Amino acid sequence: MVYLTRKMEFSASHLYHNPAFSAEENRRVFGKCNNPHGHGHNYVLEVTVAGETDPATGMVLDLKELKDIMQREVSDRMDHRFLNHEVPELSGQIPTCENIAAVIWRLLESKIRRGQLYRVRLYETPDLFVDCYGEASGASALRGAAR
Amino acid sequence: MNAPMKLHLWRRYRFCASHRLHSAHLGEEENRRVYGKCNNPLGHGHNYVVEIAVSGPVNQATGMIANLSELDAFVEREVIEPFDHTYLNEEIAEFRENVPTAENICIEIFNRLRRFPQATLERVRVEETGLNSFEYAGETAGGNHGHQK
Repeated sequence: MVYLTRKMEFSASHLYHNPAFSAEENRRVFGKCNNPHGHGHNYVLEVTVAGETDPATGMVLDLKELKDIMQREVSDRMDHRFLNHEVPELSGQIPTCENIAAVIWRLLESKIRRGQLYRVRLYETPDLFVDCYGEASGASALRGAAR
Repeated sequence: MNAPMKLHLWRRYRFCASHRLHSAHLGEEENRRVYGKCNNPLGHGHNYVVEIAVSGPVNQATGMIANLSELDAFVEREVIEPFDHTYLNEEIAEFRENVPTAENICIEIFNRLRRFPQATLERVRVEETGLNSFEYAGETAGGNHGHQK
């Protein structure tokens, strides 16, 4: 098994606000991230695909293909967007790093036809990032635990 | 409702400290041979980087595995405040007995942080310099699940 990782950056804004909380509770729980005008990040996405190399090409999958999928599924949706309002997959969710990483996993998983999506790592800043290994009870969770 | 996902939340911290690698189990010459420059009796220091991963269900109301300000306050109290700008060999009780190699620092940080009440500690990664790093996930495969909520 070989693990191949492709990196991409996108820039987006967001804010954390739960309409079920009072204004004061929103400020207490989310702090600066509750600023109603939003704020932004340069997100760094690392997508890791696991698989066996094709003897004919020496590749797990064509990097260009992975790059195109990431561009289409993630960058075209999220780059230079206000995540709360412009990404339907995130509607009704707080756009935290956890939730965005899970959305990205779901967008990519079925599109990757060679190898298997192993990990989505999303950096919100260099000091805060999330790894997503897919559904907690699925085969991907077993792969994650065996790593 | 989507199925729950397996997620690890990583956070990066820093501290600066000095240490000396010297084992009471070895003679003077053996210590010099094994640890080289790191055996300098006056010690030396590093800018350590600590990355920690926690897991747990994402709270639907906040979208978070753990509230970052609570995690930061816990790590600050248990590790950063006691370790930062200290001589580890003398000022951290565990390193009076154990040589403060990056391996042992990694394990000690894991042991201090496994008590974090809001999420399960999965992994600790320590960079001693930009050129070497160390990871510890506890003694059971897949992390510290004994403390899972």
